Amino acid sequence: MSAGVLQAKLWYAQRISAMVLGLCVAIHLAIIFYAIRGGLSAQEILGRTQGNILFAIFYEVFVLACFVHAPIGIANILQETFPRSGLARPLSFILALLILVLGTTAVIGVFTGGQL
Amino acid sequence: MSNTDLKVRVWRGSQEGEFVEYLVPRNPNQTVLDVVTYIQRKLDPTLSYRFACRVGMCGSCAMTVNGVARWTCRTHVSQILQGDSLEIAPLNNLPVIKDLATDMREFFNKWKGAVGFFKGNQTRHDDFAKVEPHSVERQLANAGIECIGCGVCYASCEVVESRPNYLGPAALNRAWTLTNDVRDVQQLERMRAVAGDAGCHACHTQGSCTERCPKAIEPTAGIAGLKKLVARAAIRGSKWGKL
Repeated sequence: MSAGVLQAKLWYAQRISAMVLGLCVAIHLAIIFYAIRGGLSAQEILGRTQGNILFAIFYEVFVLACFVHAPIGIANILQETFPRSGLARPLSFILALLILVLGTTAVIGVFTGGQL
Repeated sequence: MSNTDLKVRVWRGSQEGEFVEYLVPRNPNQTVLDVVTYIQRKLDPTLSYRFACRVGMCGSCAMTVNGVARWTCRTHVSQILQGDSLEIAPLNNLPVIKDLATDMREFFNKWKGAVGFFKGNQTRHDDFAKVEPHSVERQLANAGIECIGCGVCYASCEVVESRPNYLGPAALNRAWTLTNDVRDVQQLERMRAVAGDAGCHACHTQGSCTERCPKAIEPTAGIAGLKKLVARAAIRGSKWGKL
């Protein structure tokens, strides 16, 4: 695959993930506004999220969309800002890995209440 | 100096140089090109600049006037005057040959690089191709075909500034009009040429090209069309085949 075609595919992936993120952020904000009415504690959050599979699926989708979207953007910015540094690929791979691992860990954490 | 004189600072030199100030009489309906011509004919015959038609057709007289790329033959001094001063420099993003004349080779080579030229498969013995004037393709092509190649969009593009290999708005606009030319037979080749970071996907959609185009063309819209078309062709294929 030529570099141009790969970049076209990445652009498409970023575009689609942006659509998913737009939806996820809107739902996420709505959930926050709903959840914090009348105060909020860690106990209350975990009370709502533990064992709730819909919640876990929604936030894992959110994490996956971030995992696709953010590293492509960061790679583009790095490539444009530091074209000869060779940083774009390694740093965006690290970021992708961090988002996937930390994000998924967090989703598992709130789903199980901290016990795997 | 009379009250009606303009203070005009003009770039002299090549890549290295300096602004030199000239006093030019103010006239009604004076264009920026008139000002430059006055300096060259009456004050300093060594001033180099480029022009041809003087009526906004040839695209050769573009310069940076008061910091903004413009076609000088159709820019009236009264539209852009700040106090009584004008600053005239060569176009950005292009090597300066001398004074106000830039080397446009790279600009036009990028049109070729974007496969910005027509190739058909009919001969003079074939009948005329029939292109319905109201068809979607014809309308999309119409929106971009009035480009005069002045380089204003290229000089205004901040992506060209940061990525010197970026094809630029004019070349991509031309590629977009040809993509919508139903007679052309190089569509896959063109899509490959404009894909990726030297091509349409590098565009930041900042819109300076659209803002500054003297012919009111919207290269940003054409580039957005190319991005979608090329990305779809890379993933799902297109009516001309898969990339």
